Amino acid sequence: MSDASINASTPREDEAGFGDYFALLKPRVMSLVVFTAFVGLMAAPVGVHPVIGFCAVLFIAIGGGASGALNMWWDADIDQVMKRTKARPIPAGKVEAGEALSLGLALSGLSVIMLALATNVFAGAFLAFTIFFYVVVYTMWLKRATPQNIVIGGAAGAFPPVIGWIAATGTMSVEPWLMFALTFMWTPPHFWALALFMRSDYDDAGVPMLTVTHGRRATRVHILVYTVLLAILAVGTAFSGIGGPIYLAVASVMNGLFLLGAWKIFRRNEDDSEVDDFKAERSFFKLSLLYLFLHFGAILVEASLKPYGLGGW
Amino acid sequence: MALKKEHDLHKRRFGRNMGVGLLLGSFVVLVLALTMVKVTSSGFQFPQTQGTQD
Repeated sequence: MSDASINASTPREDEAGFGDYFALLKPRVMSLVVFTAFVGLMAAPVGVHPVIGFCAVLFIAIGGGASGALNMWWDADIDQVMKRTKARPIPAGKVEAGEALSLGLALSGLSVIMLALATNVFAGAFLAFTIFFYVVVYTMWLKRATPQNIVIGGAAGAFPPVIGWIAATGTMSVEPWLMFALTFMWTPPHFWALALFMRSDYDDAGVPMLTVTHGRRATRVHILVYTVLLAILAVGTAFSGIGGPIYLAVASVMNGLFLLGAWKIFRRNEDDSEVDDFKAERSFFKLSLLYLFLHFGAILVEASLKPYGLGGW
Repeated sequence: MALKKEHDLHKRRFGRNMGVGLLLGSFVVLVLALTMVKVTSSGFQFPQTQGTQD
């Protein structure tokens, strides 16, 4: 046996564990997908068998995870530059980029076919479109080409409640698109706040984030404008088929707080932010997580109360 | 690289294999449950075969 063959058969000491492959699926993003898809499914005016509902949410989540793995495969070069992402399995050297590609493609196919079989072909096709949109349109094409990357990427993250609704009904209507719009409009202020306090990351990676291309002042203005538009949309949704008094109460409080947070960010300059280590930007980012969770939670509560004649108007 | 009898690598591989095994087992159970639900639902019809067409 030659030395070369010994080396070839020697296992790597830092071989990936099960958790490293799971991390490729971006579990935190997946949890958002699971929750919003579940709300989309529950808010639909059609009863779904629990096993079918469980399968629908599971396969939508796997589809979302597959997109995450494909995103990590494509973005491995910039992930190793950014502080926030350099511990991911590929830049950390635990998983090969090719493995992420294989896992992503296999799970994409599995999730689309299984969702179509478990629910309907329309839902499966829409999941396939979502994966395509996130991986090809956002990750490969626009993320490194335009400062509006976050706006476009937000669309991909906003599709799950629509898929959940289609899985239940087999048709499309206005309500799931209101849930889509809620996540779509929420994503830019959420990420731009992050970009304000994760300052050098996007510069170093050469990703044309708004903070890099248009400056930090313009980013603060954008956060405020998007938050105002989001507040109008979020409160307006209260008067649709998925809204109701509980949702209206939640939306009123949360949008008041969110607008206040955006106003604070708008009023500050870089010196103010440096002094308290971006306190306002950090709390706005944290609040944004609660904001989306509570809005979808309120839609879920309204939908759950409807069978008892309580939810909605 | 000399491997001890119980190297960390073995544990990691065992965990990985166990994870994949459990996932595959769960998938089989899930497909079985889904099939049962579909077959016992009121709208279920057996697909037409050559024999039943004649």
